[in-house]
Amino acid sequence: MDELRILSPTGILGYGFPADSLAEGMANKPHAIAVDAGSTDPGPYFLGIQPGEAIGKLAKFGRTVHADLRPLMKATLGARIPLIIGSAGGAGGNLHVMGVALLIREIAEQEGLKFRMALIRAEIEPSLVKEKLRQGKVTPLGPVPELSLDDVDRSVRIVAQMGVEPFVRALEEGAQVILGGRASDPAMFAALPILQGFDKGLSIHMGKILECGAIAAEPGSGGDVLLGTIRRDHFLVEPMNPVRRCTVRSVAAHSLYEAADPWHLNEPGGTVDLRGVSFAQETDRCVRVSGSRFVKDPVYRIKLEGAEFVGYRTICIAGVRDPAALAHLDEMLEGARIRTAEQFSDLDRAQWELYFRVYGRDGVMGPLEPESSLAHEVGLLIEVIASTQEDATSICMFAHAQILHYGFPGRTSTAGNLAFPLSPQDIPVGPVHRFNIYHLMEVDDPLIHFPIQMIEVGR
Amino acid sequence: MTESTVCLADLASVIRSKNAGPFVITLDVFFKEGEVFRKVRDAGVITKASLAELYRVSEDDILEVTFFEPAEALKISIKRWVSSAAPGDTDVFGAQQHVPLMSLSFDLEK
Repeated sequence: MDELRILSPTGILGYGFPADSLAEGMANKPHAIAVDAGSTDPGPYFLGIQPGEAIGKLAKFGRTVHADLRPLMKATLGARIPLIIGSAGGAGGNLHVMGVALLIREIAEQEGLKFRMALIRAEIEPSLVKEKLRQGKVTPLGPVPELSLDDVDRSVRIVAQMGVEPFVRALEEGAQVILGGRASDPAMFAALPILQGFDKGLSIHMGKILECGAIAAEPGSGGDVLLGTIRRDHFLVEPMNPVRRCTVRSVAAHSLYEAADPWHLNEPGGTVDLRGVSFAQETDRCVRVSGSRFVKDPVYRIKLEGAEFVGYRTICIAGVRDPAALAHLDEMLEGARIRTAEQFSDLDRAQWELYFRVYGRDGVMGPLEPESSLAHEVGLLIEVIASTQEDATSICMFAHAQILHYGFPGRTSTAGNLAFPLSPQDIPVGPVHRFNIYHLMEVDDPLIHFPIQMIEVGR
Repeated sequence: MTESTVCLADLASVIRSKNAGPFVITLDVFFKEGEVFRKVRDAGVITKASLAELYRVSEDDILEVTFFEPAEALKISIKRWVSSAAPGDTDVFGAQQHVPLMSLSFDLEK
């Protein structure tokens, strides 16, 4: 085979894509459609979520994922090419995989589709992480503390990013739809090229560019279709929507996206060295990339992600417009903080935390904000995290009341210092998590920690 | 300030920030012209020390400063002061932490 074409329909499953772009993509006769369904970007909430916490609430499981899956399943099964999905449900845990698998089954039933589906799990047993930790085989990834056994115990769920190998195996076993748990972003895109013997460095680098959909085009979009064509010594990327084009700049720029080091893409089992890479304009809308080189690691390491439970959050949103109130804002907030601490002195102070975010001043950058000016109005976000939802709401309600009626010197607006856009003012948000594992773990085998389950759907 | 003093926002076509994992924020600057990219790179004014001062963080928290020739781009990685979405975080995706960089100014004629 001289070339292989992989279609990336969208940046994240659920971000959508124009139907015409998918049709144009299919007209190019791709050999697979691959799509990334998750990221750590939305934060640890999705990794920490418990089955009881209404999976239906998860944006990643909602109507938009359903809306993307249906045309992708029909297109791929109709063309007899695989549909490869990774990082299911946002965080890629077992319940996330099962949630998306349910959607796939539902669509299959509605559309009368029959196919072989591979489910690849990515949750890692805490006992394995502890064993590896004792053996010195777990190391921090970036500016992260050394892992402790306590961290492992506190983590409510641990996933690992799988490499290409489990996807390759599922393809070898004839899966038509592959639904993977947490995966390295390029893995879904690189699996078929690597299975077919294309260069690993080029395959993974192409995957890295394809995984965000048309973000690597101009104008960029996380919700549009990009086609990757891999050949023996280079690959091409081209958007399927005629309003976009790939340029050397847009594609080179994307090699930098969300990576701390632009010269090296660190992947399970090795690194793609980009120091010899070159980008060239193939046609007006298509870019040729060559020179990316895979360097195998001496030991295979997988990236672990874990989240610990912190507490429950309640928030209150309010605006401040009165100039005198704005002039006394810090005094009001500090006064409210002191009164709230007095009021809840029966609670262990370590069990709750109160945050004020002042939008229009430093709400976006906090202590790093270099500007000190204040807008003519500010938005105030009051946030409480406590060990129970009830406590969080009570504390939030009390704190907002203290600010609302705070009497500062020279106050003329004596009926209230806050404008609330909403009722109720205090909104229970639910559990809060924190990433507490972000480490590399040495493993002996790239496959055994990512078990593959084959299912015949519709038969 | 002399007349030849410029700020990064004048020279760049893209200045952006984003998480690189939950513990690092990465800043990318793409220059309007390759020549300007090389001038800025060779001027040696964008360093861990100058960035630490700009962001008011310790120099150790500036993890990477790299000029990436293939894209004529500057990449900076900074340790997050609080991990993504941990209590106290203000920017879960890290997408709005690039602004101080825009006003970083220097004299290219020197």
